[in-house]
Amino acid sequence: MKALCWYGRKDVRVETVPDPEILAPRDAIVKITSTAICGSDLHLYDGFIPTMQAGDILGHEFMGEVVEVGKANTRLKVGDRVVVPFTISCGGCFFCQKGLFSACDNTNPNAALADKLYGYSGAGIFGYSHLYGGYAGGQAEYARVPFAQVGPLKLPRNLTDEQVLFLSDIFPTGYMAAENCNIERGDTVAIWGAGPVGQFAIRSAFLLGAGRVFAIDDVPERLRLAEEGGAIAIDDGDEDVLNRLDEETGGLGPDSCMDAVGMEAHGKGLQAAYDRIKQSVRLETDRPGVLRMAIQACRKGGTVSIPGVYGGLIDKVPIGAAFAKGITLKMGQTHVQRYLRPLLERVEKGEIDPSFVVSHRMSLDDAPAAYAMFRSREDGCTKVVLKP
Amino acid sequence: MSSLPSSFTRPLRAAVRKVARPVNVSSGERWLSTIAGTALAVYGISRRRFWGGALALIGAGLAWRGATGHCDIYASLGINRSEKKTTLVEETVTVNRPADELYRFWRNLENLSQVFEHVLAVTEIDRRLSRWVARAPAGATVEWDAEIVADREGEVLAWRTREDSDVLHRGSIRFRPAGEGRGTVVALSLEYEPPAGKAGVAVAKMLGEDPETQIREDLRRFKQICEAGEVPTTEGQPAGGRRNRETSRRHEKEGRQRASCPLPDQPEVSREQGRAS
Repeated sequence: MKALCWYGRKDVRVETVPDPEILAPRDAIVKITSTAICGSDLHLYDGFIPTMQAGDILGHEFMGEVVEVGKANTRLKVGDRVVVPFTISCGGCFFCQKGLFSACDNTNPNAALADKLYGYSGAGIFGYSHLYGGYAGGQAEYARVPFAQVGPLKLPRNLTDEQVLFLSDIFPTGYMAAENCNIERGDTVAIWGAGPVGQFAIRSAFLLGAGRVFAIDDVPERLRLAEEGGAIAIDDGDEDVLNRLDEETGGLGPDSCMDAVGMEAHGKGLQAAYDRIKQSVRLETDRPGVLRMAIQACRKGGTVSIPGVYGGLIDKVPIGAAFAKGITLKMGQTHVQRYLRPLLERVEKGEIDPSFVVSHRMSLDDAPAAYAMFRSREDGCTKVVLKP
Repeated sequence: MSSLPSSFTRPLRAAVRKVARPVNVSSGERWLSTIAGTALAVYGISRRRFWGGALALIGAGLAWRGATGHCDIYASLGINRSEKKTTLVEETVTVNRPADELYRFWRNLENLSQVFEHVLAVTEIDRRLSRWVARAPAGATVEWDAEIVADREGEVLAWRTREDSDVLHRGSIRFRPAGEGRGTVVALSLEYEPPAGKAGVAVAKMLGEDPETQIREDLRRFKQICEAGEVPTTEGQPAGGRRNRETSRRHEKEGRQRASCPLPDQPEVSREQGRAS
């Protein structure tokens, strides 16, 4: 089959590789009909996620048709149309049973490695480094889905791929990020990063009762899309964001702030330069420019929600400000399985149509070009869907 | 003396074991004694005089003391400096299943080959006795018999190798409820006395260079089997470039390739098959 393989910084290639096969009794093989490039794939593309190996197949947002199931898989059958959550969960451990699916104890074959780095290992993730299990991803014609008894959601036929594909990651991720904001009716939420996750977070914040949502970014197309979702756009290219938020909230500060950017924040001025230099000489693995601002902007007793991915260590985070203001920090990989059904229902009821986020539709063969375009935000690139 | 090449030490040790008395000299001191003694003996012989002969005799004595590891002076003074100790490893894991169920899994000793990476098979001879087969270095296997010495349903199971076994090994597993809805705390304790021949080496290898890590991973496997019903794996999945070659060959041979596109790196086999036909 054809698959997109990672070879190094800004080096991804479409190659012919062996087809996946059933390796455990509850596996399923899915013939992929649609797969997307995630913003977090760009962290791999830029070489900031450790423990990648040449030849790793990328992709953790995919859906398709079941073509083979393992002997012990009683839930799926050949022909089922499914969307696959990016987190792989066993369903039986303490965490899965609490609904903390991304904290699953039992699905990371390299858990010992993650234990060393993070204290305790979380769930395995498709196509997201060997630290997260080294599972082959779904930017391919076929994918092996381990623990398929638990993860994949069966889909009705009357919805298009693009309406349900994002249940695999960014819709639940944006939704959980909004949930993590502890929104009360009428709250003001400020969201840094109007990429795909930010876009879903904006819409989810309104679904959860937010009164006003500010979207902060510098890409015009993304700000326009945010406005279409009901947000008030702030272009941080030509505005002092902290001032504006302070004014807009009558000197109170937003009730909740969200960092939907993560480890590769661009930033401006001296601190951004400082982060770039420290990161380039490996004194800091992640650039926390947005996180600093979110903490600084947040009102007293407010919440900072972090859906943006961080992998290692950061410097000069204003913990004093967070402490002084009594801020709650919430973060983490999405517990996708928890949101699949409720969010599918919202799609079915027409409360939201996730396909709004798609800006480009391309062939899997063009994936390397798609990565380059998404990376540089050329051509208003917000979200790329690949067809194998 | 363990760092000498084994081809050299094995016959020597065998010879030594026949005449030697218990080891009571530390390994560092044995090295020193052997080297200094040999040097002294060589020097003494080269002098070819009475004093030379005496030095050679003292040197030979030191060398013998080093080789055997037994020192008569230490013995008469009641000193023992050999560092033969037992290795004890204890690890704990919390498993989200009731203690009774976990005990039953463990009590069916044959299940343990799924848990311990280096154990190939465990066969129950009767309710008390079992035979263990483990992987030994260089593709060999090694066996020992173990007997159950403590068995309280849902609480504890302890075993040890029989006295005539050349592996001195003890183990126990304890189950304790972790509290409301949190499953069971499982504590594994393994103890062995190195070295005790080939089997002892195998047990040592079973525990690896870092016994705690090895046992933690074994317990993790136990947890995965009991909670998730399988051990997660990526072995045999596709990857790009060089890493896919082996899987490609197997797929080609088994005609498993599903997609329309042929695989790169056509295996050599097909050419040879062509020739044969």
